[in-house]
Amino acid sequence: MSATLEEILAQALEQLRDSKDLNQLDLVRVHYLGKKGLFTRQMKELGALEPELRRAAGQVINLAKDQFQQQLEDKKELLENSELASRLASEGIDVTLPGRGQTVAGLHPVTTTLRRISKIFASVGFQIVEGPEIEDDYHNFGALNIPAHHPARAMHDTFYFDAHTVLRTHTSPVQIRVMETEKPPLKVIAPGRVYRCDSDITHTPMFHQVEGFLVDTDVSFADLKGVVYEFLRAFFEKDIQVRFRPSYFPFTEPSAEVDIECVMCNGKGCRVCSHTGWLEVMGCGMIHPEVFKSVNIDSEVYSGFAFGMGVERLAMLRYGINDLRLFFENDLKFLEQFN
Amino acid sequence: MQISEAWLREYVNPAITTAQLVEQLTMAGLEVDSVTPAAAVFSGVVVGQVVAMQPHPDADRLRVCQVEVGEAEPLQIVCGASNVRIGLKIPAALIGAVLPGDFKIKKSKLRGEESFGMLCSEKELGLAIDADGLMELADDAPVGVDIRDYLSLNDSIIEVDLTPNRADCLSVEGIAREVAALNKLDWSVTQVEKAVVTHDGALAVSVTATEACPRYLGRLIKGVNPKAETPLWMQERLRRSGVRSLSAVVDVTNYVLIELGQPLHAFDAAKLTGSINVRYAKPDEDVALLNGANIKLDAETLVIADDQQVLALAGVMGGSESAVSDETRDIFLECAFFNPQSIAGKARNYGLHTDSSHRFERGVDPTLQNRAIERATQLIFEIAGGSVGAITEVTTAATLPQRPAVLLRKQRLEKTLGIVLADERVSDIFQRLGMVVETQTDIWSVTPPGCRFDIAIEADLIEEIARIVGYNKLPSSSLLMRSELGQAPETVLDLDRAKDLLVARGYQEAITYSFVDEEIQRAVAPDDEVIRLKNPISADLAVMRSTLWCGLLKAALHNTNRQQIRVRFFETGLRFVHQEDNIQQQKMLSGLVLGSAYSEQWGIANRKVDFFDVKADVLALFALTGAEVQFIPDQHPALHPGQSAKIVSSHGEKIGYLGMLHPTLEKQLGFDTQVFLFELDQELLLSKLLPKFRPLSKYPSVRRDMALIVNEEIAVSEIIKCIKSCEEPTLKDIVIFDIYRGKGVEEGSKSVALSLILQDESQTLTDSQIDAIFSRLLETLKTTISAKLRD
Repeated sequence: MSATLEEILAQALEQLRDSKDLNQLDLVRVHYLGKKGLFTRQMKELGALEPELRRAAGQVINLAKDQFQQQLEDKKELLENSELASRLASEGIDVTLPGRGQTVAGLHPVTTTLRRISKIFASVGFQIVEGPEIEDDYHNFGALNIPAHHPARAMHDTFYFDAHTVLRTHTSPVQIRVMETEKPPLKVIAPGRVYRCDSDITHTPMFHQVEGFLVDTDVSFADLKGVVYEFLRAFFEKDIQVRFRPSYFPFTEPSAEVDIECVMCNGKGCRVCSHTGWLEVMGCGMIHPEVFKSVNIDSEVYSGFAFGMGVERLAMLRYGINDLRLFFENDLKFLEQFN
Repeated sequence: MQISEAWLREYVNPAITTAQLVEQLTMAGLEVDSVTPAAAVFSGVVVGQVVAMQPHPDADRLRVCQVEVGEAEPLQIVCGASNVRIGLKIPAALIGAVLPGDFKIKKSKLRGEESFGMLCSEKELGLAIDADGLMELADDAPVGVDIRDYLSLNDSIIEVDLTPNRADCLSVEGIAREVAALNKLDWSVTQVEKAVVTHDGALAVSVTATEACPRYLGRLIKGVNPKAETPLWMQERLRRSGVRSLSAVVDVTNYVLIELGQPLHAFDAAKLTGSINVRYAKPDEDVALLNGANIKLDAETLVIADDQQVLALAGVMGGSESAVSDETRDIFLECAFFNPQSIAGKARNYGLHTDSSHRFERGVDPTLQNRAIERATQLIFEIAGGSVGAITEVTTAATLPQRPAVLLRKQRLEKTLGIVLADERVSDIFQRLGMVVETQTDIWSVTPPGCRFDIAIEADLIEEIARIVGYNKLPSSSLLMRSELGQAPETVLDLDRAKDLLVARGYQEAITYSFVDEEIQRAVAPDDEVIRLKNPISADLAVMRSTLWCGLLKAALHNTNRQQIRVRFFETGLRFVHQEDNIQQQKMLSGLVLGSAYSEQWGIANRKVDFFDVKADVLALFALTGAEVQFIPDQHPALHPGQSAKIVSSHGEKIGYLGMLHPTLEKQLGFDTQVFLFELDQELLLSKLLPKFRPLSKYPSVRRDMALIVNEEIAVSEIIKCIKSCEEPTLKDIVIFDIYRGKGVEEGSKSVALSLILQDESQTLTDSQIDAIFSRLLETLKTTISAKLRD
């Protein structure tokens, strides 16, 4: 017998202590605990002892082996921890650097505004309908109780293709198109592009409108007021002051203009509201019996209201945009502000 | 419509402030646009009279005046105006007066002569922009009275923006009626007595166009004083109504227009030949108008003519040849009612718009003519004297507008407005608006006055009640309506989803005009027939776009001209194309990309965007619907012939195009980098199949790679098509992972590396099975497209 158990253990523990990394530690483990390891060999040699001595000797070897194993585990944990620590230290990055890849852009503020308007009305069951932009004069004017030479046509600076074909001047023709094909009850909003032959600091020849209408039995002016109030409060996310003024549209009677308390000065009076404290935001009214007649809806049975609003105007008020023309220049410096 | 508040308050004077009055008008539907003081702020100016005058000893132009101002002694005031003379009454600013512009009057010396004030012109008082001398006051002006009181300058000019239905309010009387009704005050119209006829001369009047002119009144007034001056009060009222004072006779007609709302016209009787006829113009007739224009008339134009020629455009403007001048002594006064339909649009057709046409096309009270002509006669006589003839009247009762009674049902009123009103209140409102009311059980029969062209149906009466009660006093209810469940279609993709995807991939949404410059439209889509607007706003917005690229290219240029080197835009909207006599309005989704593939950043090499970057974005859109589309090499006039593809659906429908802007166009339009474009038909893009479940295989899938050498001409799509033609049931997917040209591959060929993903539904594929599949595919590739395996 070359070395005693004590010598083996002492040497083993020393080698554990001297192990610098997990690889080295594993070699030490194999050297003592492997198939041909020194402790294993000790156990095998027990067979040569007298049976009555074997038990005691075995216990001694096991004790030594346990001691080694325990210290092996400890050392292993120690080395693993330190290896993890050094890996973590080496893998550190500057997390303040920007991320990589494609950047996200955004929707046009008119689209964002249209979506909000649509969402508010869709939440109470309004259906969203679109119509053609090149219209015949019947749908744009005649069916809406605006006969040829009616002074109201002068309010619409119309783009013509020929005597009877126009670019729609409002989204109201969609009202006619829907009522021609569908029967009440109807709850519809019609967003889209409209065109007027007018261009200056406050007018662009193309802009967006949302037309809305509701037809059912027993629809009253009070319902119209309620819907308009609720819409404007939802749109501006504010308990805003609203007033209704009598006005005139050939396709509604009674007709009203809707003013809101100026959102720029909270009604105190400023340049935007011409120092009146009020801003005109939409037109509305009860659908005119002549309009019902042109789509064969009995105005004795059904009544309804309609309203229309300019989307750019609402977007300007909502975001504080001061120049209408910016909407169609498509300058990225402008568009990106609404992303 | 612009009126003097003081004038209005002569009719009806509610105990409310100007601000309250304005608010009341606006809230009744007569929207007040502006309120401006009738005169600038000044003080300390009184009516003065020059009682003595001496030349200034040291200045040729100046005079030393003694001016009576109602004090114990006249004041000495030095004056340089040319019209100063003894006896003249003028506005005199006293020491301490403050004139417009905060100009303070102090005691001063002018070349050694003391001056205790200043004699003023209209300009110095802020009453006119220009003046060529002192303001001359009437001889009966009371000396010493504050000029602001004398001229009623403490007045406001109220500008009302009237809607086209409220022609009845185009006069002071009309607005007075509204104010009286709103304040429940009594009032009455201007009472006029019939003029005493003092000569028996008359012009014969005949009306041929009785439909257009149901009533025509004429009267000869002889021997008026052509030099008569319009009195100051009338000049002032006209000025505050926005009308320039011209001559006494013309001023009177304008005054009656503002006061009563009735346009009148005065002809110089000496320039008329024979009788007056109201008729439509004959072919080739023309007339020289008061504004200097000479217009050729069409057969739909109503005119006033004498035996020789056309005198005036009826209801629009008089002619210059028969106009009154400062020598006119005999006038023929015309006061007519023309039907709105016969005047509407006429002025506009000739590029004209006058106070007269504005009123006639909206509707003048057909019962007003007698009172109006008497009122004008009275005023002309008072101001310019003359001898009055009898009125010649031609009225065709049958063509006068009727005002049938309109019925209003109580139940309908309450249902529409959601309010209950006392019957008396309803009747009272109508009566105050000049309507005749008969009350029956739960129903009112209401006859509107002649001036109300806008009251024809029950809804019109309901609006009157709502207006006078006040829209804001009417109830508002919360939405209580029948509701149906909403829809959630699944076979059509929501466009918003496609837009959001592009936004997430770095595309900014643009909105460009639907009409574009013809030049760019022709450059981008030379084969599409141009759709022109008849009346474009400008040459660069004159034709309808047949592709959204026109606007996107312009928007991109706007940005590249402003130091933007990377642009990614998309737009949705209609394109307009001629198709067999019809204009198709097709919904499209289009995109434009230029500049680097990624915005400048660390860790990614900066490279230009290319066809395949944009193709990936387009494919991502189709991935939303799961549609299988093909990109087929194709030519498009706007695109690079070697980098353009037609996108075709699995049913063979053309969805759109993707490609690089043709280098010639790129240069022509002013880009200095490659531009990529795509345009897709929304309807085809957004149609979607309902997903259908397929059972999952329990067996593992295997991947086998192959590198094929094919002729350069063979498109990758052909290789894939060829493999798919074998209809191998275990083939699940094909992935292209490399394209190689160069060493080891002969010139004119390329190596395409692809991997095949195989999986069977019922077993694990064995190596020998896989080898068999592989060689079968290879065999087909060899025979169909002469592909061979790379060594």
